Amino acid sequence: MRISRFIFGAVCLLVCGVVAGRADADQVNVAVAANFTAPAKEIAAAFRQKTGHEAVLSFGSSGQFYTQINQDAPFGVFLSADQERPKKLADKGLAEPASRFTYAIGKLVLWSKQSGYVKGEATLQSAAFAKLSICNPAAAPYGEAAVETMKSLKLYDALKPKFVEGADIMQAFQFVDTGNAEVGFVALSQLTGNVGGSRWIVPQTLYKPIRQDAVLLKKGADNKAATAFLEFLKGPQARAIIEKYGYALDNGS
Amino acid sequence: MTESLSPDVWIAVRLTIDLAAITTIVVLAIGTPIAWWLSRTRAWWKEVIATIVAMPLVLPPTVLGFYLLVLLGPDGPGGTIAGLWGGRTLAFSFTGLVIGSVVYSLPFVVQPIRNAFEAMGERPLEVAATLRASPWRAFWTVAVPLARPGFLTAAVLGFAHTVGEFGVVLMIGGNIPGATKVLSVAIYDYVETSQWREASILSGGMAAFAFVVILSMILMQKRAARVGK
Repeated sequence: MRISRFIFGAVCLLVCGVVAGRADADQVNVAVAANFTAPAKEIAAAFRQKTGHEAVLSFGSSGQFYTQINQDAPFGVFLSADQERPKKLADKGLAEPASRFTYAIGKLVLWSKQSGYVKGEATLQSAAFAKLSICNPAAAPYGEAAVETMKSLKLYDALKPKFVEGADIMQAFQFVDTGNAEVGFVALSQLTGNVGGSRWIVPQTLYKPIRQDAVLLKKGADNKAATAFLEFLKGPQARAIIEKYGYALDNGS
Repeated sequence: MTESLSPDVWIAVRLTIDLAAITTIVVLAIGTPIAWWLSRTRAWWKEVIATIVAMPLVLPPTVLGFYLLVLLGPDGPGGTIAGLWGGRTLAFSFTGLVIGSVVYSLPFVVQPIRNAFEAMGERPLEVAATLRASPWRAFWTVAVPLARPGFLTAAVLGFAHTVGEFGVVLMIGGNIPGATKVLSVAIYDYVETSQWREASILSGGMAAFAFVVILSMILMQKRAARVGK
């Protein structure tokens, strides 16, 4: 008896949710790669002010969102941290191929909470730390870039035993921020407004540029807010915010 | 299934079993005196202690994960302990996972043992006392054997619950193969990276494990109830 009542209640809630979602067409769910958390919030606020539409943001690793979108997740727009996953979604017919564009080019940073600790690649060479935080290279492009950097420096095998992996770049950041790892590879955008500690902006020659692509998903194709959000992301106001957080912009677009 | 599973999977299986086994031993060692005290004391604040022990049942794993990350870290007691052997933090280590798992699984162990101790009442121990058994001897020769079904339930639940732990490990583990990458985290990893084959084999294994554990618990309790009559 109790169980059937529970199921009835759950179904009611679900129906209400669906109905409410339909009634409010000016809302879009956006899947945002974790490194873009801070600028995405600022952009969404500006977007709302300008257009009245609302972008509801979810943050996680690109790999996690890729899997969820493949399983019919209700996202209208995907801001990935790479090009590959939006492209694959378009190939599978889950995204609009023509909508894909590079909204930001990410920068990788080696960061420590202790000031004077990070002194360029010498810090990696001396390897005086116990733990080096990165994000999961299989699921997150910044993790992949960190691995490439260490491979370019021929230090990957030596440093691998010291890795601790966050599920996404926010967790990789937080491992360093709580002091549990002495150093870690994070996104430059995460250090905006954070003047403490010490950092080394990894030279672009050591890793492939992290070109971050946005794409309109099939679920958002008929959603005015979704298309408007992507337009806004290309506009000068959003581009200024993106640059402020230390990203490079794609001059081709 | 022509390809075999990668060695990573077996490392994760082995690690999970090690973690669950060690956690079960530690949690029984800590949980038994707590359960005994709870079942015997008349202190008015005993239910306060019982509540604290039971809190992980209700708290989201993220709350425990957050506290543990801070407490195990260089600025917390964990950092001090790790300093004894030259470390900085207990996070990202097998020891750290054992500490987290013990906290997380404690209620599953204390509750059944406490119930078993309470169910036998004062009488058997009074009889033992009249036969001049010391309290210590009475505990081991009378109370523990009588509470055997409770201990069995506690051990099985403690083990199984540790195997099923995810959130805490994800937050304090750092996904290190052979040290903190347990099965549940490995499955999460496979799902995140779209490796469905590995994810479904491991998930199927976990589902079978859970089924066997729960079924044997039910059968054990039935048997205990029959023997009890």
